[in-house]
Amino acid sequence: MINKSRTPLSVLGKFRKRMGKSLHHGDRVWQVLTISMGICVLLLILSIGWTLWQGSVDARLKFGLSFLLPTLDASWNPVLDKFQAWPFIYGTLITSAMAILLALPISLGIGIFLAELCPGWLRLPLGWMLELLAAIPSVVFGLWGIFVFLPAVVEPVGSVLGHTLGSLPILGSLFAGSIPVSGASRLAASMILTIMIVPTISAVTRDVFLAIPHSQREAAFALGATEWETISQVLVPYGLSGILGAVILGLGRALGETMAVTMVIGNSIEGTLSLLRPGYTMSSVIANEFAEAVSPLHSQSLIEIGLLLFVITLLLNLLARFLVWRVARRAPQQEVRG
Amino acid sequence: MTLESPHGHIQARRGYARRKASSTVMLILTGLTTTLALIPLFWIIGYVVYQGGKYIDWSFFTQLPRPPGVAGGGVLNAIEGTVLLVILSSIFAIPPGVLAAFYAAYYPNTPLGIAVRFSTDVLSGVPSIIIGLFLYAVVVKVQGHFSALAGGMALAILMLPVIIRTTEEMLKLVPPALREASLALGAPEWKTSLSVVLPAAANGLITGFLLGLARASGETAPLLFTALGNEYFDFAAQVRSGLASGQNPFAILAGILGQPVDSLPLTLWKYAQQPYPERTHQAWAAALVLMALVLSTNIAARLWIVFRQRRMKG
Repeated sequence: MINKSRTPLSVLGKFRKRMGKSLHHGDRVWQVLTISMGICVLLLILSIGWTLWQGSVDARLKFGLSFLLPTLDASWNPVLDKFQAWPFIYGTLITSAMAILLALPISLGIGIFLAELCPGWLRLPLGWMLELLAAIPSVVFGLWGIFVFLPAVVEPVGSVLGHTLGSLPILGSLFAGSIPVSGASRLAASMILTIMIVPTISAVTRDVFLAIPHSQREAAFALGATEWETISQVLVPYGLSGILGAVILGLGRALGETMAVTMVIGNSIEGTLSLLRPGYTMSSVIANEFAEAVSPLHSQSLIEIGLLLFVITLLLNLLARFLVWRVARRAPQQEVRG
Repeated sequence: MTLESPHGHIQARRGYARRKASSTVMLILTGLTTTLALIPLFWIIGYVVYQGGKYIDWSFFTQLPRPPGVAGGGVLNAIEGTVLLVILSSIFAIPPGVLAAFYAAYYPNTPLGIAVRFSTDVLSGVPSIIIGLFLYAVVVKVQGHFSALAGGMALAILMLPVIIRTTEEMLKLVPPALREASLALGAPEWKTSLSVVLPAAANGLITGFLLGLARASGETAPLLFTALGNEYFDFAAQVRSGLASGQNPFAILAGILGQPVDSLPLTLWKYAQQPYPERTHQAWAAALVLMALVLSTNIAARLWIVFRQRRMKG
């Protein structure tokens, strides 16, 4: 690991000759530098929060709670300067919830496959492929979504869902109406989000399974359990809080995702709840309108949406870290399988 | 799960066969979900290479955009802008990130050490559009105009958590004996850190930097209200006109950093929404270049670490 030509000894010898007695003078500077950079990172988080809080002060005072409350005929009117964020909050919540619902079984399957079944030589390449999927830029997902995925997958799936589930009593309101020909809808956003968060959730799930002590599996096998019974009745309950942490991390990513969602969700405020209709999310309304906000109150309202998004993702992250940390702490070190 | 059956041996065996079969089915399903998740990867890569390959040519890399609806032209402005933004963000993110990581790695249990690691975690979860809003408020609004500087700072904040976290992990992997030997020989801490610990951790750090760069170069949302986009940005022309009017190099640089720039993801986003077929074609070509850039950086980073690990073991 160490470069032979640069052993500490030779470096130090030369250095000592040059510096003589004032050898430790730089240390104070080094300490101040590292400490101040550490403080900067902390200040960065605080100042992001503070800036968003300060930047939305008028909107918060003027609209109060009515800004956030659920209504079906919410107004977002830059001309009259009257803003209510419910359509965006609903859009973000429903698309993220759907994405989690679709991504969870898939990611769980991948995590189990990678940790428990997959032959050793395949584990690394498969892991890399998932990470490549996570690394594809969001705009490329959006472009592919508009021209390929929406017409080929979302539109047919959407019309089938509309015909079959649309007439159900309560669930039907989620599948009411008909999907636009372009496929741009909340369903499209949910499906694109699913593809984007599967790598995140499955990577953490895999790590959770790998961290479960081997003795747990052996005990279940010794009792006569089949492989699937071992996984579903022993390993999943054991790693449950870690899996929950993975889901929350994925949820955080889905809530904040901007570009791909903005490109496929259709960006319109309708009074419907339907997944098959175009919608809007918190991040996509900021992306679309902030640069061209017409009045100070308009941009303040957008910043307030940003503040809300910041607080939600902050809380979710804390919760996820806590859950994953709890599992990691419980797993004894020497029993971890590599 | 019990094997004891009141009805005798045969039923127990039949029950076991059923359980065994359902186990096999579920295990095959997990393999299928893995395949299912990888389909979009190959679909996206394949389609972007196919479409982008059709429309990419030399002028795409060497010319500025033509007006909408006119065929030809390129995205030189966006390529130069991407390079400029990535360089700027590296300058802003790498030195502070490495210094903060030194503190977090060597004083992990001090209040500040805990706070640094905690805020790194939080920072990596902040949606990128929020970082755009933040930089708009503290840089663009104060300066009064959109600029490459603000865009570079926004990308730097996105890179920062990646850099701090990988640096911290790599520093912890350096054997403590190395550091102690250097300190015992009387080297000051800063010298030990910079010329003993840092070179020993260099391979891991390069991986971390490359992953950070890959993340930053594909981001669009934080640039929307910071770098904004600029179809007329031409680095060479700027330098030439600056030199012709007798400006010093710093003034030219300040001029370049102070104006809006484009980047590949930003161009892709704008072109994808325009109704002109030429622009759509160029969007695919831009997607190809962007994806090649991001994925090859990503793969290079991972191959680098595997290659080094193998050499260390062998």
